[in-house]
Amino acid sequence: MQLVLEKRAERSNAIALISPLIAIGLTLVTMSILFAMLGKNPISALGVYFIDPLVDGYSLQEIAVKATPLVMIAIGLSLCYLANAWNIGAEGQFLIGAVAGSWLAVKTQGTDAGPWVLPAMLLLGAVGGALYGLIPAICKVRFGASEILTSLMLVYVADLLLDYLVRGPWRDPKGFNFPTTAEFDPVATVPVLIEGGRLHLGGVIALVVVAAGAVLLAKTIKGFEIRVVGAAPRAARFGGFNSNQLILLAFAISGALAGMAGIIEVAGPVGHLQPGISPGYGFTAIIVAFLGRLNPIGILIAGLFLALTFIGGEQAQIAMKIPLDVTKVFQGILLFFVLACDSLILYRFKLVFASPKVSRGAH
Amino acid sequence: MPDSTPAVQHTGATPLLQTVGLTKRYGTLLANEAVDIDIWPQQIHALLGENGAGKSTLVKTVYGLIQPSEGEMRWQGEQMVLSGPSDARARGIGMVFQHFSLFDNLTVAENVALGLDGKESFKDMSARLEEVSRVYGLPLNPKREVWQLSVGERQRIEIVRALMQNPKFLILDEPTAVLTPQEADQLFIVLDRLKAEGCAILYISHKLAEVKRLCDTATILRDGKKVSTCNPKAETAASLARMMVGGEIGRVKAAANRQTNVPRLVVNDLTLAPDDLHGVRLQHVSFELRGGEILGIAGVAGNGQDELFAALSGERLAQDPDTVVIDGRAAGHLSITQRRKLGAAFVPEERLGHAAAPRMKLSENALLTGHAASGMVQHGFVNTAAMLKTVDRATEAFDVRKARRDPEAASLSGGNLQKFIVGREILRSPAVLVVSQPTWGVDAGAAAVIRQALLDLAASGAAVLVTSQDLDELTEITDRIAVMFHGHLSEPMATVDASREKLGLLMGGSTLEQKEAAHAAGA
Repeated sequence: MQLVLEKRAERSNAIALISPLIAIGLTLVTMSILFAMLGKNPISALGVYFIDPLVDGYSLQEIAVKATPLVMIAIGLSLCYLANAWNIGAEGQFLIGAVAGSWLAVKTQGTDAGPWVLPAMLLLGAVGGALYGLIPAICKVRFGASEILTSLMLVYVADLLLDYLVRGPWRDPKGFNFPTTAEFDPVATVPVLIEGGRLHLGGVIALVVVAAGAVLLAKTIKGFEIRVVGAAPRAARFGGFNSNQLILLAFAISGALAGMAGIIEVAGPVGHLQPGISPGYGFTAIIVAFLGRLNPIGILIAGLFLALTFIGGEQAQIAMKIPLDVTKVFQGILLFFVLACDSLILYRFKLVFASPKVSRGAH
Repeated sequence: MPDSTPAVQHTGATPLLQTVGLTKRYGTLLANEAVDIDIWPQQIHALLGENGAGKSTLVKTVYGLIQPSEGEMRWQGEQMVLSGPSDARARGIGMVFQHFSLFDNLTVAENVALGLDGKESFKDMSARLEEVSRVYGLPLNPKREVWQLSVGERQRIEIVRALMQNPKFLILDEPTAVLTPQEADQLFIVLDRLKAEGCAILYISHKLAEVKRLCDTATILRDGKKVSTCNPKAETAASLARMMVGGEIGRVKAAANRQTNVPRLVVNDLTLAPDDLHGVRLQHVSFELRGGEILGIAGVAGNGQDELFAALSGERLAQDPDTVVIDGRAAGHLSITQRRKLGAAFVPEERLGHAAAPRMKLSENALLTGHAASGMVQHGFVNTAAMLKTVDRATEAFDVRKARRDPEAASLSGGNLQKFIVGREILRSPAVLVVSQPTWGVDAGAAAVIRQALLDLAASGAAVLVTSQDLDELTEITDRIAVMFHGHLSEPMATVDASREKLGLLMGGSTLEQKEAAHAAGA
């Protein structure tokens, strides 16, 4: 008896829908084993991780706040991945967007600039992120450089640039030498939706981005071009689609969304520019994109789920003294299972009994 | 099922190889169902059938690449279970595949060494290679790198490699598909000689004339089942075809009075360097194609046909706009989309991955080439209803059989997908249609539909350019034929004057002048 993978005649849409759920299930089993090995009760640990945040109003808002950048970035990344362009550097584009938008906030600080400041900051964030995203794209199209390496390496450049700015030219003179800018003025801050709450306008923007992404991919010729270039490059050329142009476009949109997510994070929940504004949103968004099957609605759900792991991770650290890094372990295992389960869409498991190879001994 | 003609007498009491009730199941699909075949020494046994009839599955089972689901094989009367191809080779079963497994950047000898068990030294092996190739009249230089060789020479490597294992039983899968008629004759001499030496040969082909001439026995498969075993010499090509298809094949009819009028596709002195290392350079290609006319381009694969297609479609651009003129407009510098807007349509050889995106729906594949010049795109938004309408129209006009209204391209059979692809282009009523290998790997019924569609399109005034390696197909539907060799295109000749001999010589690279000169010298 042996277990073989057999190719399906056509991709299975049912499996495409449930494969992320299978992946989550397998991840939870693996995590339970991990918790048991850490000497914690797996059931209560999973409860703290995944149930407790959902029954608390503050945590629910916090989940939405954390999901906002994840979803925005992942929508952009999904365009890149569908076009077979591997943007791994959304974290860097996120940081550069934050820096570009913060520039205006710092420059207008203390002046009586009007309400145009925030929209202009968002625009600057998007443009900054887009330009930063175009660097690896141009290197790929022009010189054939691997975008996986260049986009990833540019993350560290962005990180250090931000670090330099908040320790040097943009440091708050009244900030006791902490590496941070001054708190942004109210006109440079993303407004909250509920008075005294955490939920802010960025959540609405993220929903608009999801809707726009869904329309782009399903209803426009550009979305179709992006999908064909990734799925069948030669057919795309036969269709008359310019793959280089589409790679540049996908990186630009992806960078713009990451950049805008960056400035929203800084001008919203954080309120000022400082190092460590991202707990790795740009990397976690890669998992969100794949867990969401590179589909905008799926990404929205996956974004909320991974935001839950951030909140649950914090609570588990407080309540059960489980290290915060377990959250990253969880996210890594999840990506692993998501990619593994994807093979079930095109293949199926089959048990083969009594193959001729086995019966050969009788000959 | 009774045999239609008695099979010939056999030497010896037991067959060399026997399959008894051989069945191979893939899920619910029966690729082979209870197939019984007897292979005798000193016989060339033809295996006939349409694409998808189960020929490949059967030979792969016999060669140990696939394990049968049911039934058994007997080798010289004893039960045989093969764990893999090396097991088959050890018993003396050799196979020459349709698609060569050769490394382009290695030499002939290195390639042969890789396929052997490697017990002898490289030097001894090279010497034996030269000897075998000389004895059988299959000349090969062991030191040449494969990428420099013609397709016919590459096939010779595969055959010599198989012969060096002293096979008792040799399987050849469509060996003449890539050969000129003269090269095919050479191959038949080798096969006759092997047969005389006692070897059994299983010969897969769909060229019925060839089978009638060469083979002693023929087994016909249809839908995975054996239809008949007969003596092909006692059958007609039509009766063999009937058994393969299970019915009559409609013959294509050309319109009686076709008008050829204005030039619609003109190529002027097109020279284009290849864009990859092993590509072919197009050299001063010129021809003129009028509305209402079908021009055929014959030639052995890999002589620049792919490069010509790319240059005509605009997947590769020429420096000089005047090298390609579509309906009176210089188009050498225009993209494929702009050329489509001028009224050109293209059908490349590869269905999956080139003409169609395999994992996308038919409606999306309609959009792939239809976006430029139809109502499928409005202000950047796609019109799904218009895309589906194209699918429905192509389905109806060309009898595309599929499980659902809008399935993925890869789920269709080769013939049905090709009908959809040709239909997709013809429904746009193109002024110029450039089509490469229109019926490659397509069943006979679908092939007839496609050929008829090309004739009808020409009858409506369009110019049609057909590249094919199937001379029968070109003779059947074209008005004129030109031959491509090493990137040169011969002067087109009227199809009625194009004998197989003439075409074969051009396909092998000799120009007509040379031949006439030789003729004059002989006289």
